[in-house]
Amino acid sequence: MSAAGASPAVAGTRDVPVANPLFEYLLRVADDRLVLGHRLSEWCGHGPILEEDIALANIALDHVGQAAALLELAGRVEGAGRDADALAYLRDERDFRNALLVEQPNGDFGMTMTRQFLFDAYSVLYLGELAGCGHAELAALAAKAVKEDTYHLRHSGEWMLRLGDGTEESHARAQAALDVLWRFTSELFEFDDVDEGVGVHGIHVDRKALRPRWMEVVGDIAKRATLSLPSDDQPMATGGRRGRHTEHLGHMLSDMQIVARSHPGASW
Amino acid sequence: MTTAPLTREEVLHILDQVKDPEIPVISVVELGVVRDVAIGPDRVKITITPTYSGCPAIQMMQDDMRAALVARGVEQVEFEVVYAPAWTSDWIPADARERMRGSGIAPPGSVREGRAAEPLAVLTRRPAAPVACPYCGSDETEVRSPFGSTACKALHFCNACRQPFEEFKAT
Repeated sequence: MSAAGASPAVAGTRDVPVANPLFEYLLRVADDRLVLGHRLSEWCGHGPILEEDIALANIALDHVGQAAALLELAGRVEGAGRDADALAYLRDERDFRNALLVEQPNGDFGMTMTRQFLFDAYSVLYLGELAGCGHAELAALAAKAVKEDTYHLRHSGEWMLRLGDGTEESHARAQAALDVLWRFTSELFEFDDVDEGVGVHGIHVDRKALRPRWMEVVGDIAKRATLSLPSDDQPMATGGRRGRHTEHLGHMLSDMQIVARSHPGASW
Repeated sequence: MTTAPLTREEVLHILDQVKDPEIPVISVVELGVVRDVAIGPDRVKITITPTYSGCPAIQMMQDDMRAALVARGVEQVEFEVVYAPAWTSDWIPADARERMRGSGIAPPGSVREGRAAEPLAVLTRRPAAPVACPYCGSDETEVRSPFGSTACKALHFCNACRQPFEEFKAT
């Protein structure tokens, strides 16, 4: 680890070969959950009704808890002395490996639930596969997380039906959210050299193969919710897995990391 | 330490007196958080597994377990966190479930019977059967919120005795 604090194991912004694919891979899984969990926590005290405020905080807690265990494992794999806190609070935007979808701002409740549904449907498929991988520790974390995310999916799926097939206003907002977020969904199913590089650890999840199953589920809910799926024939956004993020992540991290960075090592 | 080390059974008995801080009628052993105990000359190692990934009570449980063993002369208490096999509410024994019910929390149903093999089935499956009210036993209940006051509970309402109650989620 250099004095500047940047890890040589992180590819940074250039598409250079990744030195430690397993570390990168774990950051991707963990950062999806950390960033989405933090986003959801922004609703705390602002939910439209008390039950939803509690639900969003509960889902946030699950995601942040999943991230903590995954980052702890990532820190050990990296072997540079970074623990989960160091990875969560002391990395810069360009070192985050989450998909762009999860860093998108909460918007209205329809936007938040649509983002959650698109992610949950992906997550239960992905984690379901990961739970069977040959890396025992990662498989165990995935097997635990898939149970939690399945519970989330039921909730977000029910909200898609309620919002889409609800009032004119709720339908319009859910459709608008789907239209805005759709371009961030193809990135979830990208398969690159990092996915290939972890094959030696017994991890062989074919993300591309998950997409048809995801489309089936999302399409079914959209149909029942009287929502129309946006076209894939539009510019799709990508870059999060390599540290190239939308403008929103930096702002979110400044909020999330300020206390830890202002008071290094503080405990309370 | 001058006295003889505690046996494994003695340690488990002590831990069985440590209650879940959020559901104080059941112990951390009954909850299934304690997976194993290993005894060294002056130390005890406890293997634990979290209920939910983000459950904030796990730290308090560790503090309480440590305090209970230190009070009995154990010098060093270590914890090892394991994730496999994933925690399930099926591990909670029958008598602990009855104590849960007695304190106004509907105990979890059986996961093994209720879970579909395909996680995506949650989107199409019919709603689960109503949870019996822990106060009056009626099935005339409805879910008010699938998420409750803690990560492990959901909120229900009984239309027969007109009372809200919590359910320990089956997972």
